[in-house]
Amino acid sequence: MLTVELLVNILACVFLAGGAFFMITGAVGLVKFPDFYTRLHATGKCDTLGQIFTIVGCMIYQGFDFITVKLFFVAAYYIFAGPAATHAIMKAAYFTGLKPWKKGDPRM
Amino acid sequence: MNETRVMKGREKAFSMIITFFVALIFWLLLSAWNKYQFAHGEYEPIRFFRGVFVAFIVTLIAHELLVPARGEKVLLKLQRWILYIPWELYQIVLAAIDVASRVFGLRPVDPRIIEFETTLRSDLALTTFADSITLTPGTITINIEPERGKYTVHAIDKGPADALTVDQTMQKKVGYVFMEEG
Repeated sequence: MLTVELLVNILACVFLAGGAFFMITGAVGLVKFPDFYTRLHATGKCDTLGQIFTIVGCMIYQGFDFITVKLFFVAAYYIFAGPAATHAIMKAAYFTGLKPWKKGDPRM
Repeated sequence: MNETRVMKGREKAFSMIITFFVALIFWLLLSAWNKYQFAHGEYEPIRFFRGVFVAFIVTLIAHELLVPARGEKVLLKLQRWILYIPWELYQIVLAAIDVASRVFGLRPVDPRIIEFETTLRSDLALTTFADSITLTPGTITINIEPERGKYTVHAIDKGPADALTVDQTMQKKVGYVFMEEG
């Protein structure tokens, strides 16, 4: 049916647009935030949601299929791997002695 | 900190059967079934048996990793953990919106490093809580000291820091899931 197809397309587009919005926001934060740690906040969190929204949009567009299952595995993997990678980078920076930025300091 | 003990008898059989079927279903979903071949009657049974063979090898090597020796109340913990996932997904959405509003200057950026101790001790509980901290709004885990359950966390503002040290909502939730409320 045409109407259902249209509805699915609109919903998929909304999710893809939301994903793109959060990815771009993460990139803007990467440039705008004052130091390494806060920049990691921007990329770590916005990228997780952006990635999930993009994959959910693809899943809706694809319909119920084996490709949907594969996309679901990708999304689930990203939820586990994303925070672990962010934590690893942050820990490495902290123990090499990079000073965190405090309010009032100049930008790094 | 769970000591490795040798599994035997029914416990080992249970572990191997569960691992075998998980591996086989995973393999079927990812590679074996191709709906176009299946619809045109070109599906070869040899593919399925190849999958069975591979799943059996994986079972022999890795069954102790997937289903380890039975701890206490595993099923209840699993049930509570599954109920914990929707709340965590909701927190992911909140976290991204929070950081987005800080990027566009709607909320302040006032980073700080906080330290606090928890009642969590087992590896799984510590890892789940560390992942949850990184996924929830405004905080990222820097370091864990497992012996005392001590966390070092970088928070982007005072609000997210207080959510961990004062309110402790998430600590109670994770403690409830793994029954380590102290």
